[in-house]
Amino acid sequence: MDTEGVEGVLHAGGTPIVTITGCVIVAIRDDLDDQSVMHLQDELVEEVARRGARGVIIDISALEIVDTFAGRMIGSMAQMARMMNARTILVGMRPAVAMTLVELGMTLVGVETALNADKAMNLIVNDLPPVALAQ
Amino acid sequence: MASENNVLAETLQSDFEGILTGWLQAQAREGAKRTDLVSTRETEKQSRDLLTALARASRDAVLDDGFDFANPVWDQVRETLEEITESRTQRGVSPTEIGVFVTSMKRPIFERLRSKIGPELQGIEDMWNVSRVIDQLSLYAIESLVTKREAVIERQQSEMTEVSAPVVRIWDRIVTVPLIGTLDSFRAQTVMENLLSAIVQWEAEVAIIDITGVSTVDTLVAQHLLKTAAAVRLMGAQCVICGISPKIAQTIVNLGVELPNVTTRIDLQSGLEYAFKRIGVSVDGH
Repeated sequence: MDTEGVEGVLHAGGTPIVTITGCVIVAIRDDLDDQSVMHLQDELVEEVARRGARGVIIDISALEIVDTFAGRMIGSMAQMARMMNARTILVGMRPAVAMTLVELGMTLVGVETALNADKAMNLIVNDLPPVALAQ
Repeated sequence: MASENNVLAETLQSDFEGILTGWLQAQAREGAKRTDLVSTRETEKQSRDLLTALARASRDAVLDDGFDFANPVWDQVRETLEEITESRTQRGVSPTEIGVFVTSMKRPIFERLRSKIGPELQGIEDMWNVSRVIDQLSLYAIESLVTKREAVIERQQSEMTEVSAPVVRIWDRIVTVPLIGTLDSFRAQTVMENLLSAIVQWEAEVAIIDITGVSTVDTLVAQHLLKTAAAVRLMGAQCVICGISPKIAQTIVNLGVELPNVTTRIDLQSGLEYAFKRIGVSVDGH
């Protein structure tokens, strides 16, 4: 992978947004409050537009618990980025989080997922078909 | 063939109500009266039933060396005891408490026996005391036996839950869980947990759920499978459900259950083929 290097690091309410090889990577922290979530959303779409990013990776491996708000927030962030023509992949979901979301009935249909950021990066850079088919 | 000196039948006949009252008092005194679990009225009825059965059976029974509790004359007594034990066990009464419930019957009967024999026999009080100690020994032995047996059952149960959902790493990046038997909510939860953590552990991209061994697929089972498939997808892996036999396919469709967004295959072989294709592995002969 010919890495052009880290193009810049933004800090949206304490959450770093990194762009590597045209791929915006955001690792969501566990202690986000509603305010900083909205701020993060703003910064993410701005960054996607500014870089003309072809991919967005949302890493939620730090999230240990989710509620409907967090679930919706993740889903809408992915949707927003996709609407801006960036392939968006949600990565690193913990088993407990996945089970909670399913129980809540939030299966995030339409959001592409991958096991970790590494695999997602590989999918985006090499333009491979989705691992988990998103209908 | 009532034995001529059947003291038990005689005693019970002479003062049935008195003995019953005495027994109920003795139950309360010896801590066998679990008013929190069994109502006073129910205890009274159970005691009366048992005593009635005992009075009837003892009339025809042999009480000396030829005593045999398996004899048909005791049928009614055994039946009543079984009923009482069943209803009490279900409510969480311990074996010892059930034992004391029965043995506390001794006191009122012994009292009447003693008054009949008269005060000339001094040793009867000692006999009563010794007998009570031995009763306690036997009750304790039974209690510990039941506890030990329960521990064994509990261990077997947890072992069964474990083996009921073994997740196998069948290939690099492919995990599979063969399901056998019935899939209730508890097992479905275990299966999901095991499968999801296996996906993390092995970095699996495809998870195969093999339901060849699942006896029946109803709406509930289908629901569980759908949930599992959705959770697997959220984790970033692909879920394949295989072992959909013609019969199961018919059942699922007839039930009106839909499995949207779920990849299904007829057997494990075709499921595996699909998985290989997904992860980009080719196998000779295919």
